[in-house]
Amino acid sequence: MSTGQRISRSRERLAGSLLAAPGLFLIIALLILPALAILPVAFSNWQFGRGQIALVGWDNFLELTQDRRFVAALRNTIVYVLIVVPATVGLGLLLALLIDGSGKLQAFYRTAHFLPVVSTMAAMAVAWDAVLHPTFGLLNHALTLIGLSGRNWLRDEALVLPTLACIGVWQSVGFAVIMFLAGLRSIPKSLIDAAIMDGATSPLDKARTVMLPLLGPVTVFVTVLTAKRALAVFDTVYVMTGGGPGNASEVLLHLLYVESFEHLRAGYGAAISIVYLALALAILWGQRAIDRRIHYS
Amino acid sequence: MNAGTLTRRFTRHGLLLISTLIVASPFLWMALLSCMPPERAGQSVVSLQIDLAAIKANYAAALTETPMPRFLLNGVIVCALTLTSQIIVGAPIAFALAKMHFPGRKLVVGLVVVALLLPHEILAVPLFFICYRLGVLDSYTAIMLPNLISPTAVFLLYQFFRTIPNDLIHAARIDGMGYWSIIWRVMIPLSKPVLAAIAVLSIVGRWNDLYWPAIAVSSTELMPPPLGMMVFHDQEAGTNYGPLMAAALITTAPLIVAFIIAQRKFIDSFTASSVR
Repeated sequence: MSTGQRISRSRERLAGSLLAAPGLFLIIALLILPALAILPVAFSNWQFGRGQIALVGWDNFLELTQDRRFVAALRNTIVYVLIVVPATVGLGLLLALLIDGSGKLQAFYRTAHFLPVVSTMAAMAVAWDAVLHPTFGLLNHALTLIGLSGRNWLRDEALVLPTLACIGVWQSVGFAVIMFLAGLRSIPKSLIDAAIMDGATSPLDKARTVMLPLLGPVTVFVTVLTAKRALAVFDTVYVMTGGGPGNASEVLLHLLYVESFEHLRAGYGAAISIVYLALALAILWGQRAIDRRIHYS
Repeated sequence: MNAGTLTRRFTRHGLLLISTLIVASPFLWMALLSCMPPERAGQSVVSLQIDLAAIKANYAAALTETPMPRFLLNGVIVCALTLTSQIIVGAPIAFALAKMHFPGRKLVVGLVVVALLLPHEILAVPLFFICYRLGVLDSYTAIMLPNLISPTAVFLLYQFFRTIPNDLIHAARIDGMGYWSIIWRVMIPLSKPVLAAIAVLSIVGRWNDLYWPAIAVSSTELMPPPLGMMVFHDQEAGTNYGPLMAAALITTAPLIVAFIIAQRKFIDSFTASSVR
């Protein structure tokens, strides 16, 4: 290596470091360090606006196990994810298979189903509130028309969480649809033709023998992304129920907000963040495990 | 065409139309209620008659009872400045990671990936504290601070830059261009599809965000549209649906209009977000 080359090498190293520096600084200051800071805060009794802070060991976590509102939030969040994810993936796949062969109206159907993904959830929660209104909501009107009795969807402890989960499905199904449509389009036509030659003539046979097995990776991806979004449910709860009635619709992110920024209990809020992080990591870990199985089998 | 395929086609479109109707129902109900006079919106039987005076009254109330135009302006300012920062800070680091050798490069790529996978919701407590210590709580800066950099944007640009041939950069170097001008005059003009995806994802995310603005600002005049609409929601307390529905419609309309105009761009952007 000549001296000239060596100089340009070290110049490139310096230039590279300088170009990366501002971005790296922001990533560390706004993402990495805050994430690391949560751990010590979760073991402290820190309250926003109060001077003294002390480490209190596992106290926050012990309190969580005794806190009925937290236990409800944890349980409800898991139930919400377990309703929203399979329903979104299943409906998304079904709709994508229907839309894929729908001819001229294909673009229309795709656009219509995608609309909730880009719309403002806080505003749509207000709209859903009106749809679900017990006396003059659209849903109860429609139910009365077909001879069923309406319900008070958001004030009934047994109904409120499934109702919010349905809104969650409504919100995320369009994303699943476009991902599955992209996945379907990437299947080579020759494979489908081969299946038809082998006797898979009905759409159902085609879906079962060729399409579904090849959609494995897309399905894993849609499942994980829907699970991450469902875990972060906040807007509908904040706008429509505030976690009630009782704690029937309390969820982790809403409780995190209430404890940290209404009760100003930063330490306790950080402990809830740790639980939230554990659930997010469990989802990621599940993805890794399934990915490995798909790629090695 | 035999009877079998005809039935099948009929079932397919029947199911899709029902599904479309269900998906569209909150939008239609919101639009319908925003066109009705208050005394009729509260009744149990909805008349489909649209009343021009009521439309005018409802939308006028939505735009004047709270500073709705200000909310919309706040939303535009926050989206524009956030996106600008994400690109100005993101492009150089993405370029350095994709095309240059410098010490610790692999570690930095690792940090970007960790930042990408991190659920950002949990950072609220530390970020609130940072805003407090910087003395910026209740300001545009507070709303924008957590998103001045976007790991998604960095990662998308990094992936795209890696596909650009090194020869192009060498040629530009031989022509005497510095790295800074290579980024902005060679790489960025080539990255339009990626930049469009980043813009869509960033704008949709920021415009619709309720969680962080609810933490970061308390002054009404700084609120972005979703949070501002909540003020309206609390004021009306479920009695006067017309103006509230008008406000909700105004809040979500800009993105919906943009989506309908540029459907392909939006859908491709969300497909490209597969990196997460």
